[in-house]
Amino acid sequence: MTQTEIPSSISTAHHGGTERKWWHYFTFNEDHKVIGVQYLVTAFFFYLIGGLMAAVIRTELATPASDFVSPETYNGLLTLHGTIMIFLWVVPAGAGLANYLIPLMIGARDMAFPKLNAMAFWMIPPAGITLALSLLVGEAPQAGWTSYPPLSLMTGKVGEGIWIFSLLVLGTSSILGAINFLVTILKMRVPSMPTNKMPLFCWSMMATALLILIGTPVLAGALILLAFDLLVGTAFFNPMGGGDPIVYQHMFWFYSHPAVYIMVLPLFGAISEILPVHARKPVFGYQAIAYSSLAIAFLGCIVWAHHMFTSGTPAWLRMFFMIATMVIAVPTGIKVFGWLATIWGGKLSLNSAMLFAMGFVAVFVIGGITGVMLASVPFDIHVHDTYFVVAHLHYVLFGGSVFGLYAAIYHWFPKITGRLVNETWGRIHFILTFIGMNLTFMPMHQLGLQGMNRRIALYDPKFTSLNELATIGSYLLAVSTIPFLINAIWSWAKGPKADGNPWNALTLEWQTSSPPAIENFEVLPVLTSGPYDYGLEEEEVGLPTAQAGSATLSSSPGA
Amino acid sequence: MNIPSSILTMLAGIALTLASIWYGQNHGLMPVEASRDAELIDGLFNTMMTIGTAIFLLVEGVLLVCLVKFRRRPGDTSDGPPIEGNISLEIVWTAIPVVIVLVLGVYSFDVYNSMGGFDPEAAQDPSAVQVAMLPGDSEVMPLIEGASHPMGHQHLALGIGASPETAGKPADLTVNVLGLQYAWIFTYPDLGITAGELHVPVNKDVRLLLKAQDVIHAFWLPEFRLKQDVMPGSLQSELRFTPTRAGEYPIICAELCGPYHGAMASKLYVHTPEEYETWLQSQVANRPDQVQTIASTSDPNVNYLAPFSQQLNQQWGIDRALEHLHSQVHSQAQVHSQAQVHSQAQVHAQMDRSMELTADHSNLQQLIAHPAA
Repeated sequence: MTQTEIPSSISTAHHGGTERKWWHYFTFNEDHKVIGVQYLVTAFFFYLIGGLMAAVIRTELATPASDFVSPETYNGLLTLHGTIMIFLWVVPAGAGLANYLIPLMIGARDMAFPKLNAMAFWMIPPAGITLALSLLVGEAPQAGWTSYPPLSLMTGKVGEGIWIFSLLVLGTSSILGAINFLVTILKMRVPSMPTNKMPLFCWSMMATALLILIGTPVLAGALILLAFDLLVGTAFFNPMGGGDPIVYQHMFWFYSHPAVYIMVLPLFGAISEILPVHARKPVFGYQAIAYSSLAIAFLGCIVWAHHMFTSGTPAWLRMFFMIATMVIAVPTGIKVFGWLATIWGGKLSLNSAMLFAMGFVAVFVIGGITGVMLASVPFDIHVHDTYFVVAHLHYVLFGGSVFGLYAAIYHWFPKITGRLVNETWGRIHFILTFIGMNLTFMPMHQLGLQGMNRRIALYDPKFTSLNELATIGSYLLAVSTIPFLINAIWSWAKGPKADGNPWNALTLEWQTSSPPAIENFEVLPVLTSGPYDYGLEEEEVGLPTAQAGSATLSSSPGA
Repeated sequence: MNIPSSILTMLAGIALTLASIWYGQNHGLMPVEASRDAELIDGLFNTMMTIGTAIFLLVEGVLLVCLVKFRRRPGDTSDGPPIEGNISLEIVWTAIPVVIVLVLGVYSFDVYNSMGGFDPEAAQDPSAVQVAMLPGDSEVMPLIEGASHPMGHQHLALGIGASPETAGKPADLTVNVLGLQYAWIFTYPDLGITAGELHVPVNKDVRLLLKAQDVIHAFWLPEFRLKQDVMPGSLQSELRFTPTRAGEYPIICAELCGPYHGAMASKLYVHTPEEYETWLQSQVANRPDQVQTIASTSDPNVNYLAPFSQQLNQQWGIDRALEHLHSQVHSQAQVHSQAQVHSQAQVHAQMDRSMELTADHSNLQQLIAHPAA
């Protein structure tokens, strides 16, 4: 979308005579920064497509009757909306941030496996476009993003086949990316950076990568078996031939619950970066926030069956998964309280990045509270597969992941483009998004509790008014992306120039030029203190031209 | 502004607690409670709402205070105080959620147990089966009458069984429920009734045995806070509950089951004893002659004719289900005609298959029961 804007900004890079040309962004480039931008822009493009689908869904739901699109199209839309938002927006956008930031944050010149990195990215566009086009040729998958058999085996071979193919490719891409992140974080840090001085974003990406490596192969297994059932007529999951559809649900959720953490952990990391910088205070409880990411990753692997409390799980297993799920509230709570304590007493710059980061905490906590409620088996039996769950998951994935992504984009925009965003438009964007988000998803809690099931085009007229509210909210959300797009494109082309460290931040990515030179650092930096030591050395920080607070740069003879 | 901040904090804490307790009881978000299970779950939900509201107010309150009190003043470029943590504070906000989680876990366990989630007959735990097979244990023995589940191995908990008070006792009324795209069919095996809507007497222990014809459906009674996936294939699920409030309630399919999933709904009528008797009479009067004859025959032929009788019942059930679907579609004018035609055709096609399967299955059962025959 905005790649054409790049040359003017990139030409300000002043390193080694090699400059980044705009067409580099359309090629198999191995620079992690190019790949990071490719991920982010591609993901945002799919976000707009998935959002358009959501707008059509909400328009259908503005009235109780099924009168806007055909029921088959509606199911295709809801399937693609879920699949695109998860596998083509939040997951790759997180990977994009990780690609761009990890090497810069740990003082590396690139990722551990640059070719693999580029390969992982280039798997995404073909898979995503195939998936999105299936709707236009009238062969969209219709069984929901969960694609439970036997329904998924009965709703059209072509669409379901496309869905399975796309997910296999996207999953492979995700695995390749995760290997890269993990090895890079573990092996490529500057010698002066022990793990307990890593930026928290790296901690959360480590947890994310572990989850991807544990979960995704299981999803791939489920998809391949499903493909056999679909195309060859085996009966792994098809009860008509003696298969067990519940086994599919276990395999699917073994990936797809951790997928929630794959989608939100990178943004937990980003928030932990953004809040201290704009509050001018050290992060509160570094160790606790760092290790809570790993705790969430571990617990995230043993809770999958809480999606199956109303299907076939033995009673004792339900109790185990209930407790395990509730316990996740503890490390998540540690993070939320840590963030609150970080900004408490600080000097908050209420710019767009900070507003989205605080907005993240404000709405994510609602998703967290309803998450604990949903873990409770007796209550979940009532609200499973209802709009209460839809509300919950959007508070986590929109209120969490999307707010986090916007915060991250605003925060690192000067680093990526070398230019500042317009803060006024950014604040307008935040306010519209915040109101639209709550207007869309808050009424859904009540709808679900009152008896509205999810994935329906046709509903009881008694739910009309709350649905109208949600539809208005969704239009507001759609409108809210316009100021963002204008701001991002305009600022990228014409915004005021940013220096290397416009926020006076201490982590390493800010200690190089904006945008960074092709190999990031002219000399490898040497770390002399932690990443969030704000307020510790008053004389150094606070100067707009300060090269760094306490993470000083000096020539590293060994590099 | 002479009030010390500790007093302000205390006042805020009291206000927060009171607001949470009030909202936890007065949120008005749940539909009416039509069973004891619903009351139990609502009690649990209210508790969670109270705690949730407190956490919500705390977090949003802190954010708002930060937004107002700690925003950077123009011209101030200094940093905040370099506080990197506080171990005792961190222990407190780790320990409190741990305690909350434990309390909610135990409370949920208790509610789930009272609802009948651990009824071994519903749970079909392998261990429970073993216990039931212990010789001479007369208390547990009746459980093996789960042999009324004809379907071989069922080691999965599929639903909510008898509550601890009714455990081991047969239900007052058992109804077989069949879910299919896009209708529910209810068969009363003891009464020979098949219907497209569910009628039950108030304050009686009702047991639903659920199966699906084609894809996974989910049987949901919002006013009873009960939901259970209904599986195709050999798995049968169960819901057991005691309606406590006469009235008319929606039955909803909660698991995506195809394009017309939203149209898959029916009604549950909870009748007073007199109303229920009237309904029963009307059903018997309406019943097609053949079925009635077969069902009332008490000679050994009954066994032989059972598959046939079942088939007829099924056939009649289809008509009832269709009738219901039809009336629903017309009365609410919700589905456009295409959808209507589609779902009816679907129901018919599925039903034809269903009958074949049912017939096959019954024959098989007979063969297993009397291999010599």
